[in-house]
Amino acid sequence: MDTRIITNKRDFSLKGFFLQWEWMLVLIFIGVNIMNMSLSEYYWDYNNLRDATMNFLDKAFIVLPMVFIIILGDIDISVASTVALSSVVMADLYNMGVPMPLAVVICLAVGTVCGFINGLLVVKYKELSAVIVTLATMIIYRGIAYILLEDQASGSFPDWFSFLGWGYVGSIPFILIVFAVFAILFAFLLHKTVFGRRVYAMGNNSTASFFSGIQVGKVKIIVFTLTGLMAGVTALFLTSRMGSTRPNVATGYELDVIAMVVLGGISTAGGKGRMIGAILAVFLIGFLRYGLGLVNVQAQVLLIIIGLLLIFAVAVPKLKWGKNKPRKLT
Amino acid sequence: MDDKGSTMAAALAGEPHANTPKPSFSASIAKFRELGLLVFIILLSVGVQLRNPSFLTWENINDMATNTAILSILAVGMMFVIITRGIDLSIGATLALSGMIAALTVGEFPGMNPILAILLGMGVGLVCGIVLGFLVAKIGILPIIATLGMMNVFRGLTYVAGGGKWVSAHQMPASFKDMATGSILGINNLIFIALIIYVIAYYFANHTRTGRQIYAVGSNPESAKISGINTDKILWLVYAIMGGLSGLAGVLWVAKFASAQGDTASGYELSVIAACVLGGVSIAGGSGKISGIILGSVLLGIMNNALPLINVSPFWQNGIQGAIILIAVLVNAIVKRGVDRNNLMRRKI
Amino acid sequence: MAEYVLELNGITKTFPGVKALDNVYFKLKPGEIHALMGENGAGKSTFIKVITGVHPADEGEMIMNGERVEFKTPNDSKRRGIAAIYQHVTNYPDLNVTENIFMGHEKLQKGTKRILWKEMHKEAEQLLKELGASFSPKTQMGALSVAEQQIVEIAKALSVDAKIIIMDEPTAALTRRESEELYRIAERLRDRGASIIFISHRFEDMYRLATKVTVLRDSKYIGTWDVDAISNHDLIVAMVGRDITQLFPKTDAEIGEELLRVEGLGKTGYFADISFSLRRGEILGLTGLVGAGRTEVCQTLFGIEPYDRGTIYFKGKEARIKKPLDAMNYGIGYLPEDRQKQGLVLEWGIGRNITLPALEKIARKGSINTAKEAEIAKRLAEKVGVKAKSIFDLASSLSGGNQQKVVFAKLLTADLDVIILDEPTKGVDVGAKSAIYEIISDLANQGYGIIMVSSEMPEIIGMCDRVAVMREGRITAFLDRKSITQEAILKASMADEAPVD
Repeated sequence: MDTRIITNKRDFSLKGFFLQWEWMLVLIFIGVNIMNMSLSEYYWDYNNLRDATMNFLDKAFIVLPMVFIIILGDIDISVASTVALSSVVMADLYNMGVPMPLAVVICLAVGTVCGFINGLLVVKYKELSAVIVTLATMIIYRGIAYILLEDQASGSFPDWFSFLGWGYVGSIPFILIVFAVFAILFAFLLHKTVFGRRVYAMGNNSTASFFSGIQVGKVKIIVFTLTGLMAGVTALFLTSRMGSTRPNVATGYELDVIAMVVLGGISTAGGKGRMIGAILAVFLIGFLRYGLGLVNVQAQVLLIIIGLLLIFAVAVPKLKWGKNKPRKLT
Repeated sequence: MDDKGSTMAAALAGEPHANTPKPSFSASIAKFRELGLLVFIILLSVGVQLRNPSFLTWENINDMATNTAILSILAVGMMFVIITRGIDLSIGATLALSGMIAALTVGEFPGMNPILAILLGMGVGLVCGIVLGFLVAKIGILPIIATLGMMNVFRGLTYVAGGGKWVSAHQMPASFKDMATGSILGINNLIFIALIIYVIAYYFANHTRTGRQIYAVGSNPESAKISGINTDKILWLVYAIMGGLSGLAGVLWVAKFASAQGDTASGYELSVIAACVLGGVSIAGGSGKISGIILGSVLLGIMNNALPLINVSPFWQNGIQGAIILIAVLVNAIVKRGVDRNNLMRRKI
Repeated sequence: MAEYVLELNGITKTFPGVKALDNVYFKLKPGEIHALMGENGAGKSTFIKVITGVHPADEGEMIMNGERVEFKTPNDSKRRGIAAIYQHVTNYPDLNVTENIFMGHEKLQKGTKRILWKEMHKEAEQLLKELGASFSPKTQMGALSVAEQQIVEIAKALSVDAKIIIMDEPTAALTRRESEELYRIAERLRDRGASIIFISHRFEDMYRLATKVTVLRDSKYIGTWDVDAISNHDLIVAMVGRDITQLFPKTDAEIGEELLRVEGLGKTGYFADISFSLRRGEILGLTGLVGAGRTEVCQTLFGIEPYDRGTIYFKGKEARIKKPLDAMNYGIGYLPEDRQKQGLVLEWGIGRNITLPALEKIARKGSINTAKEAEIAKRLAEKVGVKAKSIFDLASSLSGGNQQKVVFAKLLTADLDVIILDEPTKGVDVGAKSAIYEIISDLANQGYGIIMVSSEMPEIIGMCDRVAVMREGRITAFLDRKSITQEAILKASMADEAPVD
């Protein structure tokens, strides 16, 4: 028998370390900040930046579970509608006399149920892709929101509710603290736990995962349900921030969220990417928006920029890394 | 050889009577679907008519038909995209952008021939489609991601082109608006154009090599490559066709409603997808018929028109449309499973 | 006219890390049926793909009718009159039979380029009639059975008037009677002047049809003989490379108590009336032709597919197995047939692959202990003898044999009693094969009960204590160690007469 050298120590390669997509994001992030600073003198101000984060963090809650969904190789475009439905149900119930704390719980429950339905349909009808299932539920969820509230706004929530979107703990926005907690939880779940490992395995090779005893359907349903729950969380903060709600709230959020995830280096082919990338992308896009908003760039131009960023983020790795070995981020 | 040959086929087919040709089960399902759709359309019309006699008036039918014309033109393009296992979410935005540019141009040059305006709109749409085709076919971006991204780019460009303002009726020359109301051979222009497109698309899909290659690519992409079909070209082509038709629809839309706005046809892609799915275009790719999507479009067109007439709040429309898409794809899936199970039962163990 | 329609000289084809063909020669005469034989993984499939231009050769030359040719795409070979009928039927299930036949060479009207459907349907009908098929050319392809689809593939070759027709295991999924018809069709094609390259695992096919036989082994050219001039034994030696009994390290393990008993297991459309038992230390072979339902039975036992009739008993108690996790909890492990698609996450390192089925064991409260993971992975990788530098080496970078060892290591993470091996040496080179046989033999000695599915008779004969032979979804014979012979297995796996209509 020949001797075999198997080690379980990983080599550290400095080059490999710096060739990661996340460093690219850091560079772009710095670039965006420099650009913003040169565009407007009001940009680089602690209070302004702090308040800016309060404006874009609401949708960031969905980015966290969307990372899981895209790693699975699936997609969920119904999230914005889920936000709208949860928000509308909450406002409607509150105005019908349900106590606000209970309405908040129901808001989260509605989101969770929406996500669960998505997951159930995707798992039970494998021949339909997640694209078409969530496309249909996207219309249905928002449709129900319209049925409930028609084209009216609903609001006048109790004062404490506005704390969610507007409050500070010390000098730190409450929403930022909540996001940080969730971000750490989700990053831990993805990178350190059995569940996260299974998600990566399924994204790379669903069949082999199933053959290895992983309950792939269950994992998928959990991931979609989590996404629904976090859409409910987004609904809370968004509604608090706006003070009232309409059936058309959060329109286009699905694009923003998917753009952030993809820009964060999570491959749409599944199986690759890290939570930190998506979190960096949240702040990158957020600050970019804020900076351009300061110099009165129209919202519509921002739409173009976000769209192009999304295309750029998926196209660049295919062009640059396509010939060499794909970058390994798991 | 001949007599023995037939015994083999008999053994293979698992039937005692070798001479009776075996009808294809799934083919009969497809026929059943179209018949079912037709029956449903008739029942729905009768039902609505009983509730509200103004439904089947000439005016209302004309209105429905012109609306359906635009929807079905887009559904033709979407059918080809879905056959290749793709999807295009950007068509509402492409439609708006082409319509906006055409409207601005005719506003600037009121003497312009409406035909030129149509060509201009189609050109803009074609460029949008070519960009998408490039992203999907050449760079290999998932259709859902590419079209989601470009949807926003096109929508943003529409706002920018319009300077955030509407182009309203009085800014458009009469010749342009007349396009939607005029008629050729006694048929409304929009309907006439739609009919021409059905005929061309039918011929293209069923009687040209390229058309059949679209089906082949969707039915089995790996085989298509082995049999030497240029799959990239086919993908590029379907998105270009979709873009061109969106451009055409954009001009017609703007002429019909006599206004071009930044949010024209926002979300309309969903109706188009619904029409395709209802018409039996398989999301898994490879199958779809023009006759099916026409029926699908007509059904949707009637529903959109009829719901307000029978006092269903317009706010229900979204939800109903979503439910239709979901039910249609679920029924498709369940029927497919039934066919597969049936095929298994035929196997002798 | 040149003596040979097709001549291949010194063809070599390398894929990253693997030499798939190494200096291969082949000569085909007009009107000849030439059998190409070799074990799984001998390079037959690559050989076909080189001829058809799917994978152009790296070295060597191809000569058609005395003229040197080079095929870069499948279209090039098609234009020169080469048609291939692949083992896995490659067609368009949504399109009709006529289109499948004419895809790529549709009949078009001159000028308008309109597809001439009527003419195509008519010709398709004619072709199908010639082949003795009765289904309409307008039938949708997906509605046909596998055997019917194969006829369409042959019609496709006829429609281009192919001069060279390659058939890759065409009889694998056919009954004896269907095979007989296929032989007749092949002979007719030959009589029309076509040359046929016939690939098969069945000696019977070769004796019945071919006049020449070429053998490949381990990607290398072994030789070409007249079929009449070579004995069965010599041919086996040529294919296997040595007398087959020497290769196997099978020792007699102590046979213990019954672990698994299956009674009347059935699944509509796949298999029926499957009954057998398995004891500790026993290696039970499961063989038969490809498509006989062996893999389906194994996957059902492991909970991948549901069954609709029968009962499974594990250690005397009825076992309810609905998903792989259930089977694993009982102590049943499965080594899948396709290690790349079903066994491994290729983009992952060896270590992560090994621990995938047993993540709970290396985790506390759901969070993974990477140090413990690395230790277990290293120990198991060494135990099965994976050759690699580190447990972080990607699974995709390993050779077939080493990949298979990693899949074995995955099995060892769990406390199992029964191990089901589905084609454990498929596509593995000879050296690694004997290492895998050693692993299997060791496992039996340690008291595992083993079910081994294999199409390779030498390994069934060399390794198993008992063999169940399957045919068309049923077990047709049990053979014990003394009575396992090639002839007995073949007899049981081939139908003596056509199935009752």
